[in-house]
Amino acid sequence: MIGFILKRLLVALPTLLAVLTIVFLFVRVAPGDPALVILGDSATQEALEALREQLGLNKPLLAQYLDFMGMVLSGHLGISMLSGRPILDEVWEVLPYTVELTVASLTIGVVVGVPLGIVSARRRNGWADYVARVISLVGLSFPAFVSAVLLLLVFAIQLRWFPVISSASLEDPAERLRSLALPAFNLGLIMLAYITRVTRSSMLGVLSEDYIRTARAKGVPGRMVVWRHALRNALIPVVTVVGLYLGVLIGNSVLTEIVFNRPGLGKLIVGALNQRDYTMLQGLMVIYAFIIVLCNLLTDMTYGLIDPRVKRQ
Amino acid sequence: MTAVHMTTRPPGAFALFWGRARRNKATAIGASLVLIMVASAILAPWIAPYDPLEQDIIARLEPPSETYWLGTDPYGRDILSRILWGGQVSLFVSTSAVLMAMLVGSTIGIVSGYVGGRFDRVVMAGMDVLLSFPSLIMGLLVVAMLGPSVINLILAIGLTAIAPFARIARAPTLVIKEREFVEAGRAMGFSHGRIMGVHILPNVASEVMVMGSLWLATAIRTEASLSFIGLGVRPPTPTWGSMIREGFENILDAPWLSVFPSIAILVVMLGLNLLGDGLRDATDPRLRHE
Repeated sequence: MIGFILKRLLVALPTLLAVLTIVFLFVRVAPGDPALVILGDSATQEALEALREQLGLNKPLLAQYLDFMGMVLSGHLGISMLSGRPILDEVWEVLPYTVELTVASLTIGVVVGVPLGIVSARRRNGWADYVARVISLVGLSFPAFVSAVLLLLVFAIQLRWFPVISSASLEDPAERLRSLALPAFNLGLIMLAYITRVTRSSMLGVLSEDYIRTARAKGVPGRMVVWRHALRNALIPVVTVVGLYLGVLIGNSVLTEIVFNRPGLGKLIVGALNQRDYTMLQGLMVIYAFIIVLCNLLTDMTYGLIDPRVKRQ
Repeated sequence: MTAVHMTTRPPGAFALFWGRARRNKATAIGASLVLIMVASAILAPWIAPYDPLEQDIIARLEPPSETYWLGTDPYGRDILSRILWGGQVSLFVSTSAVLMAMLVGSTIGIVSGYVGGRFDRVVMAGMDVLLSFPSLIMGLLVVAMLGPSVINLILAIGLTAIAPFARIARAPTLVIKEREFVEAGRAMGFSHGRIMGVHILPNVASEVMVMGSLWLATAIRTEASLSFIGLGVRPPTPTWGSMIREGFENILDAPWLSVFPSIAILVVMLGLNLLGDGLRDATDPRLRHE
């Protein structure tokens, strides 16, 4: 298994390098002089020069690139132009909230979605299948901010079951859980929709395989056939989808954090956008790149756990 | 003679495809929902009861009534008219973005698959990198860098969808380029461009189109999300996303402000998802004999 992980890491490195290069170029080739944007039109030539010097914008592109790569490799992401604090500090402060939200909604998606998909496949065209398909269709149709606004309206404003604003630093675990519930349910619904759908179609495929018929023929009880023989094989596409849609989940967490006013990477990135904090944007893109490469790595490792054939390749 | 020949011709791929798609009730509902929403957006200049930008200070935040069916916003503008006009912006931006992605993506996919070898590997690795960025995050950054205008929005949303189209066009190209008719074309001295455009493209088109209908929903969602964040088409032009944002700011006093545009987005998304699923089932060769 360790050899497998190392090999995967080796494959992930070029991807990370490519993404970092894109991030670097992206911020540089964007039209508009960052110095001008920060200081405004009324800034003097000297002030603009000084800021360019400070940001390293007057160096040759290659030197800037090497600076940037060196900075990332040494574990620094620079300093926020706005707050003057190290970007990594600001990220570390809010990252637990985003991770907490993502993990909670992923859990909702898997714990509800996989069984729902299985039931749906076993009772194909029955009422349970119908209900499951409607749920996943609704989940797929809601843009994350629309469902967030509607959930907030019904459960926080009308029924008052949950707080309208999730406060920043909650020491009380119960209160923290209460403010996590709605945002996690909102994101979980989207994940649930994708997972139910893939589990269903993958299970339908597996259940018609010969070895399932063999298992049934030799008298293995139905429940055992489904959970032991079929599920393990049906899970591989599910893992693929979870891995792929982690990106969607991260994107949607931005919207969810805004609507529920939760601290997190999403609020940080939107704040940086509105304030034109270029260094913060660049740093956050690097963070997102790392998260995505990490997610892909985890997905690959999960394949190895589920399917022994993958490890041997 | 030709008439007889025509009537005895077996149903073509399109007729078969359409027949299968039409038999499915869910697909029909999806198609009708999409059609209604598209028609009402196109007809907005004629059917909207008020000017979507006209402010009426006296009629601020009116709840739904007989004069204002869906109520008014904080500037006294009619919500119904704004939803109808907002549909134009949302649908135009997302359709153009998907068309752009279809064009660029399938060109990349076909050329990459046709050329093959190291070129193919490098191009596809690049597409994988593009694919690894969440579309909303990428759209957010592109618009933030370029500035929010209709063209930049189309570019940003289109860019997020290029990689999946390249992938879906490449897969069948790999199979088709080994077929006899392509070899025959090459033997007859056709140029590579002609082989790709005339012989491979038609065989790839149906899958690209189905994918397009599914991505249209994603594009609408991304456009609305960007507007909601405040990176969409500039106000006062109404878009569904920005209307929900305005409504969200007044959610305690006037919940209808955000509820009605939400319903508009939901109807379109639901319609597109139902339609896309139906089209996919109809083109899926595994379901052909059901």
